[in-house]
Amino acid sequence: MILLTRKAEFSAAHYYWNDAWSAAENQRIFGKCANRNGHGHNYTLEVTVAGEVNPQTGFVVDLKQLKDVMHSEVVDVYDHRHLNLEIPEFRDRVPTVENIAVSAWERLEGKIHGAKLERVRVYETPDLYADCFGADRSGSGASR
Amino acid sequence: MTVTFTRRYKFSASHRLDCEALSPQENRDVYGKCNNPHGHGHNYRLEVSVSGPVDRATGMVINMADLDALVGQSVVERFHLANLNVDPLFQKEVPTTENLCRAIHRLLTGSLPAGKLDRIRIEETENNFFEYAGEVALG
Repeated sequence: MILLTRKAEFSAAHYYWNDAWSAAENQRIFGKCANRNGHGHNYTLEVTVAGEVNPQTGFVVDLKQLKDVMHSEVVDVYDHRHLNLEIPEFRDRVPTVENIAVSAWERLEGKIHGAKLERVRVYETPDLYADCFGADRSGSGASR
Repeated sequence: MTVTFTRRYKFSASHRLDCEALSPQENRDVYGKCNNPHGHGHNYRLEVSVSGPVDRATGMVINMADLDALVGQSVVERFHLANLNVDPLFQKEVPTTENLCRAIHRLLTGSLPAGKLDRIRIEETENNFFEYAGEVALG
């Protein structure tokens, strides 16, 4: 089995807010991220697929297909958007890097033909990222 | 759904690789330049990965500010601008980056305010790095 990873970038705005809490509670938990004027990041999306190398093409998966799916399902949807205000899944899901990874996984799952979606990694900054392995995989080292 | 959250930190420290059980010549043979008597240093990059379910209310596996505070107090402040060889953790162990990974894993495991410590990854230089996830297979 081979793992193949492709990167793409998108830039988006967000803020952290939970409507069930008071303004003071949001401020206490989320700090500067609770500023309702929002702020933004250059995100990097890394999608890893797993599969066998096709003996004729030498590919695990057609990179162009993978790129097109990453763009149509995630990058084109999130790029230059305000995640809280414009993206349906973040109406009731705080757009943390964890939840962006989960949402990107949900958008990509089943869309990549010929290989299994193995991991979705989203970098919010070079020093901060989240990995999603899907519902049937624990994040512990033992299961990877 | 389980998500792994990773945060990167940096600290700069000195060390000297020298094993008491080996002769001076054996130490030079095994560790080479890393055995030079006065030590040397690195700018280490540390990655701490925490896994767990995403809290529905906060959208987080772990609050980054809480993780930063814990890693800052128990790891970065301890090792930044320090000599690893004089730290109590390295009185019986050579401060290789392999052992540093295990030491930091021990310092953090059980202390996290949320989630489970998934792995420690340390870059000693851009070209060599080490990972430790406890006594499980790394993938």
